[in-house]
Amino acid sequence: MTIDTLRLTAEEAMGLLERREASGAELHRAYREAIAERDGELHAYLALGGEPEGNGVPIALKDVISTRGVETTAGSKILEGYVPVFDATVATRVKEAGLPLLGKTNMDEFAMGSSTENSAFGPTRNPWDPERVPGGSSGGSAAAVAAGLAPWALGSDTGGSIKQPAALCGVVGLRPTYGTVSRYGIIAFASSLDQIGPFARTVRDCALLYRIIAGRDPCDSTTVELPEPVRLPEAEDLRGVRVGVPRELNEAEGIEPGVTDQVQGAIERCRELGAEVGECELPHSVEYGLACYYLIAPAEASSNLARYDGVRYGFRTEGRTLGELQRRTRDAGFGDEPKRRIILGTYALSAGYYDAFYGQAQRVRTVIAREHAAAFERFDVLVSPTSPTVAFRLGERTENPLAMYLSDLLTIPSCMAGLPGLSIPCGLSEGLPVGLQLVGPQFSENALFRVGHALERALGFDPVPPRLAGA
Amino acid sequence: MSISREDVLHVAELARLALEEEEVERLRQQLSAILEAVGKVSELDLSGVEPTSHPLRLENVWDADEPRPSLPLEDALANAPAREDDFFRVPPAAAP
Repeated sequence: MTIDTLRLTAEEAMGLLERREASGAELHRAYREAIAERDGELHAYLALGGEPEGNGVPIALKDVISTRGVETTAGSKILEGYVPVFDATVATRVKEAGLPLLGKTNMDEFAMGSSTENSAFGPTRNPWDPERVPGGSSGGSAAAVAAGLAPWALGSDTGGSIKQPAALCGVVGLRPTYGTVSRYGIIAFASSLDQIGPFARTVRDCALLYRIIAGRDPCDSTTVELPEPVRLPEAEDLRGVRVGVPRELNEAEGIEPGVTDQVQGAIERCRELGAEVGECELPHSVEYGLACYYLIAPAEASSNLARYDGVRYGFRTEGRTLGELQRRTRDAGFGDEPKRRIILGTYALSAGYYDAFYGQAQRVRTVIAREHAAAFERFDVLVSPTSPTVAFRLGERTENPLAMYLSDLLTIPSCMAGLPGLSIPCGLSEGLPVGLQLVGPQFSENALFRVGHALERALGFDPVPPRLAGA
Repeated sequence: MSISREDVLHVAELARLALEEEEVERLRQQLSAILEAVGKVSELDLSGVEPTSHPLRLENVWDADEPRPSLPLEDALANAPAREDDFFRVPPAAAP
């Protein structure tokens, strides 16, 4: 049979396997053929997996996830040639579920970026328009799913690195509640924020993949058991659901009118489906969220990235002394963005500035968490655009780091509070996908899946990029 | 807020980065702009607010103290840029 990888959902693929209408090997081959055909242009993958292990629905993993025997670089030259000797827990879990590895996907170096242009190995392009970015940092995973080069994928999210590329590529992405998915074997960026989560073409596929990866891991002491099992959403109405529309997240400067139109349409659809919709406020979260994030994340990154010194693994530049070897290795091995963040983070943590910057940012973080908690006394889920804009052009924001940082304005606040967020496509603006962000209280993934699924059905968004539809 | 060339070099030294000359000035300008933007957090008076270091309030996560197999030596050295016997090989800490 012919397998249309552009349209097949993971759930449908499972059906094909169960009914023996296709074998695991055939499925794997179909995606590998799609990769051979389309990835030359898109560059969603950095490395391809070998012979498929397992007979399930194949998967792509962001290159921040350690895979035993398969090169893992986190998009950085400093890890070029590094082949992990162990699997990350999430890699083990998908293996145990029988999902063969299609390959490792491209990303901004060390997950620092919003466009995948910071990859040391060249950018990924957006399947909707190859002149535009796929978002980032998990741009390779998002583009792979959007272009039918994987039915589903895992990414990582620190301040929006799953939700934002999902929005820009017209796919579904979940950043789970902090602590629900193991980070053992994940190349760390900012440990109080990093989360692993799924990309897929439907909300149900996301829920299925989340079910596989979530839960406590003895190897990661920051993980917890889920308070309730993951439920696959079925309801097609939103009766009894209270939907909050935070004014600051929906009226922030820089949101494109075309994005607002589509999001307003989706909010109207919530009403039609029976939800109770009301306005709310997050007065400090949006105004101070970005500043808070760009102190805390670089501070933690400067510490996490201290381990790359050319001694035990990865790239090395020789020197006469150990210190010289380390300084030269780090200068030649890190790209511009990690250097900027290491310097910024080291500065924010250094004597004389610690309390004014890092300490103050941690207190702002408390304020952000409280504001969200207050909103959740009245609402079950908060909605807004995921990204202020549709996919932007390659090169448009690379010269101005602050303009790039603004890409995550709307995703950062909930990340600071450890809250789960789901992005679903809700329409097109200028022919490009617009993402709707749904945020809930900690551990409310089931509620997000329910709202996302009902909306997805009602909106009927076609996730196939038109330029690929005829292919 | 503006930071000096010396600030950049000092912090680069703390972070063990040997920056190229052209990088120093570029980073100085970019960091000044970024610090100006993130310095916004100091507008708020948060003297009574507890800091948040971690979004889940976990405390004292204990694990049973049981020996488990650790990484075999050959695996631990598999990615070494340079190796001598069972060690990572590096140049001396101080120039001879």
